[in-house]
Amino acid sequence: MIDVNALIGPYPFRFLPHPDPEVLERVLDREQLSGAWVGHLPSAFYRDPAAGNAQLYTALEPHGTRLRPVPTVRPDWPEWERALKVAHDAGAPAVRAYPQLWQLGAGDARMAELAVACGESRLALILTVRFEDMRQRHPLDVAGDLQAAAVRALARAGDRVRIVVTAAGRDFIEEVHWGLTPEEQRRVVWDFSWVWGPPEDHLAKLFRSVGSDRFVFGTQWPLRLTQNPRANLDLLPPDVADAPLADPEHLFSEGKSVSV
Amino acid sequence: MNAARLRAGVRMGITCHVASILGTYGFRSPTYFPSPEDATAGNDAMLALCQSEGELVRMMVTVNPNYTTHALFEIERCVLRGAVGIKLLASRRADDKLLDPICELAAQSRVPLLHHIWQHRRREWPNQEISDGADLARLARRHPRVTFILAHIGGGGDYLHTFAAIRDVKNVVADTSGSGVDRGMLDEAVSALGSQRLLWGSDLTMETGLAKLRALEHTGLSSEDDVRDIRWRNAARVFGLGSPRTENAPAPKAPPRTARR
Repeated sequence: MIDVNALIGPYPFRFLPHPDPEVLERVLDREQLSGAWVGHLPSAFYRDPAAGNAQLYTALEPHGTRLRPVPTVRPDWPEWERALKVAHDAGAPAVRAYPQLWQLGAGDARMAELAVACGESRLALILTVRFEDMRQRHPLDVAGDLQAAAVRALARAGDRVRIVVTAAGRDFIEEVHWGLTPEEQRRVVWDFSWVWGPPEDHLAKLFRSVGSDRFVFGTQWPLRLTQNPRANLDLLPPDVADAPLADPEHLFSEGKSVSV
Repeated sequence: MNAARLRAGVRMGITCHVASILGTYGFRSPTYFPSPEDATAGNDAMLALCQSEGELVRMMVTVNPNYTTHALFEIERCVLRGAVGIKLLASRRADDKLLDPICELAAQSRVPLLHHIWQHRRREWPNQEISDGADLARLARRHPRVTFILAHIGGGGDYLHTFAAIRDVKNVVADTSGSGVDRGMLDEAVSALGSQRLLWGSDLTMETGLAKLRALEHTGLSSEDDVRDIRWRNAARVFGLGSPRTENAPAPKAPPRTARR
């Protein structure tokens, strides 16, 4: 299983212990995960993410294909197309974008252009609903969560678009899913790092309604405990306990289900 | 909901659920400001659950301190029937003197008092009169004979503020519950409070409880004994419970999911 929602590097608003690729590899071993798609956390807050992307490629180079780079591409910044090509050439499976941090509202044409360009390059676009609980944020951290409308708009941008939404809760997922056509729904997968388990059983309800094959495994390491999504799977009720997840490596399989 | 909790509890190895019911959860009066009638109804439901589940479920009696007479009556009524603690929501600021008679009764009844806490109160939030660690610390200093449980360090807000606020107030223990699973939170908690002032809990998200249970072993700060304290021994001491027949261990790790398919 692959963790699609891992990051390296420090976080500006609180101390993170050991946010380093060497530690991440040990965590993957411990959690029996085969690999991770890895972003660079500080780049989310850089005006120009280019230097952060360079740091990411360098930091992950010794880790081969187990830690795959997911650089940040900001579509309102000059030469973003070049950054996208570099990502593709570097073997990135996806790129990250943070429209809420860049004040690009739902329906922003530049984000749609990025989503389409990613799809043409067979790169998934990773969106992050939040890094931290709203209630604990630093007074300077005022950007707010990603809006569900932003995901709906991007899912409608083109048939080659593939979006991985991380750190969404049940309400957000349902608002997007049921606001899309079945064809558009197939362009979006979700990590369940922020979805509640029992006793409310949000994850089980989503597996039954939205389908487990719309979900991928993600942890949001180093911000959150890696054990959490695994614990959520382990506590699923019997009827969905063995429901298959989507395989993030096959998001672009034409005409096929993304399920493994 | 109760069935789902008990089902997950079996999977996790929970031998005792210490629980409360918060009035009608907003159906007739606000969850955090339950009317006396609703507080009683919730406590009655909890008493019935305890009766049907035996030692598996123990209760904390929920009261609204704005109704002092009712609160005191309700505590006496439920403690007589086996309640092992008092649950205060966010109906009144924790350091308000209105809480003093409740604390005096807690001391007399030798039961702990669990207080719903917002980690670092920077402003008011709707639908509750929130308190933070500093507020609870002031109350705890006034009532040194009472053990106070600061609810859910993972329940939202800045837990680092909480740890600093209660570090030196030894009759305050904290529970680990809540949806928050920040890396570093458990390490900081053990470092600030020590393993004997932490109770394991789940609140409304049992998967985060299981994740913390598993993560405890990897904090690098907890010996096996420390982990055991947090898993059950501290709770058994604070609530006056016996040892579990079989010590609760975290659920065995499932085989890698890919291998199951």
